[in-house]
Amino acid sequence: MNRIALPSHLDQSEAVRDRFGRLKKRPVILDVQSLQKEFESNAGRTVALQNISFQTHRREFLCVIGPSGCGKSTLIRILAGLEPQTGGQVLIDGKPVNGPGRDRGMVFQGYSLFPWRTVKKNVMFGLEMSGKEGSVAESEALQWIDLVGLSKFANSYPHELSGGMKQRVAIARALANQPRILLMDEPFGALDAQTRSKMQQHLLEIWKNIDITVVFITHDLDEAIYLADRILVLKAHPGEIQELIEVPVPQPRSPDQFLSPEYLATKMRLEQLIHPPEEGVEVNGDHLNMMRMVHVDDAVSDVM
Amino acid sequence: MATYSGPLGRGVTPRARFALGVASFLLPLGLWCLVSYVPFVWHPLVEVTVPGGVSYFEEGMLVEHAVFEKERDTVAEAGQPVPAGVPANPVYLPAPHQVASAFYTAFTTKPLRRDEKWLHESLWTSIQVIFWGFVLSSAFGVPLGILAGSYLTVSKLTEPFIEFFRYLPAPAFGALAVAILGIYEAPKIAIIFIGTFFQQVLVIANTTRKIDPTLLEAAVTLGAKRVSLLFKVVIPGVVTHLYLDMRILLGWAWTYLIVAELIGTSTGITWFITQQARYKNFANVYAAIIMIGILGLTTDLFLGWLGARIFPWERHRRRA
Repeated sequence: MNRIALPSHLDQSEAVRDRFGRLKKRPVILDVQSLQKEFESNAGRTVALQNISFQTHRREFLCVIGPSGCGKSTLIRILAGLEPQTGGQVLIDGKPVNGPGRDRGMVFQGYSLFPWRTVKKNVMFGLEMSGKEGSVAESEALQWIDLVGLSKFANSYPHELSGGMKQRVAIARALANQPRILLMDEPFGALDAQTRSKMQQHLLEIWKNIDITVVFITHDLDEAIYLADRILVLKAHPGEIQELIEVPVPQPRSPDQFLSPEYLATKMRLEQLIHPPEEGVEVNGDHLNMMRMVHVDDAVSDVM
Repeated sequence: MATYSGPLGRGVTPRARFALGVASFLLPLGLWCLVSYVPFVWHPLVEVTVPGGVSYFEEGMLVEHAVFEKERDTVAEAGQPVPAGVPANPVYLPAPHQVASAFYTAFTTKPLRRDEKWLHESLWTSIQVIFWGFVLSSAFGVPLGILAGSYLTVSKLTEPFIEFFRYLPAPAFGALAVAILGIYEAPKIAIIFIGTFFQQVLVIANTTRKIDPTLLEAAVTLGAKRVSLLFKVVIPGVVTHLYLDMRILLGWAWTYLIVAELIGTSTGITWFITQQARYKNFANVYAAIIMIGILGLTTDLFLGWLGARIFPWERHRRRA
């Protein structure tokens, strides 16, 4: 098979290199230091995450990608404080994380909106928890709802909204707390392709307009390249960092870039890392046991 | 027009559902009518209409077929006038129309003795006993259940004992309740309390445990702490299911009512039923039993209707 000639994903244009230079000079928001996570199970100890270290700078968009079982969800849950690590530490603005906190907003794949609260009340939840007064909380909430374009639905209940709208509410709810960092765990995984691409554009718009650092988990390579400044690639068993890729596609991003050489080069690199060519025919018995089940005299005996 | 209504026929129209609901009442009623009004269905006895030559027969007396035939043959052989009779059901199975009229007359019949109560007074006494028993039980059972469902320590501290206690049949405490609380309403309320409370704690705790854990996680990442987590997330998150539990538990409370009312001085609807059964007014007995059913069903329908109003976010589930 002939492959089109692509540049290396390491080749960066002047503007891109310049931008990364400036990005790395920004203050570090999230500092993960040799993070370790082990589970006790019946089968003995399982290492979910091993020696994970990286830094995220202010207003950076970081995507975490990896095959299933690489522990990317575990990683983001530790960052959120929902699970304790077994080694290493996580620093936000230099302070170690111990349990969930308002400085880290989280958006879940399953939306997890409060079904008994209207859109407005959902967004007000964090503000109420911080003790803001009703009218102040309400006007702030309405601003965030406006930001995600759902002003018309402020008084609707979650079950009256589509999946994409629900996820916009969840984003507004997390942002209303004005966290330092927004953690997103495969937030668009349950959406159809069209809604998903719209949501990606919405998210980039929001990210550009407010002071927020994003850590975004996904298993979709295109989504990672389209959204991220840098992509943290994990590998499975045990979950370790394989590579931290600086995406050479210039900012601001648009869907027109999907066929640009930088984009395709990055995609090729990710494919190599995540779907390496299999050695040998039978890796772990994970193949179909095929035999021909079509009658020899059949009018359509062959699909080729 | 396509007529497929989904696997297991779940897609039937609202009109058809209503019709089926009506039919679920008409079917047993039809069966009852069949047994009552069609002479050759069951009717194991003979009601004597003409005593004839049988010395002990009286008009309106119920005798078994075999006895009737034997006596008829005996008097016929002796050349005396033969008795006549029609097939009849035992006295404990009155016909629907008798029960229907008893339904009306039970309310309008004056009590036989001066210290006895009208039916509506008996019913009202029963409703009060149920109400206080259930309210008292809920006042302790619901908070304890929610706490046990929310916090593992509370659960481990209370549930093993409650699990043991709920196997002790509430009526077994009857004598004890009378000894401690006297013979009037208090021991009856206590029996309903004992019958409801222990089940209630376990049921409520179980329902509370079923809250979607990601809602709790979302809440803590938004800054919710222990108390606000309980009152702003756990309780509103399970309240609709708790409401449904309470409707079912209220049904259980009714079953304890009959036993409870036999304790100490017999009162309420149970007193009415036993009294009427003693006079062999079985039509009145059935009327009273059906009345309990109607009261229970209307209360439940009302609570269902009310629930749809207090919990507007649940309405879509009812439609689905």
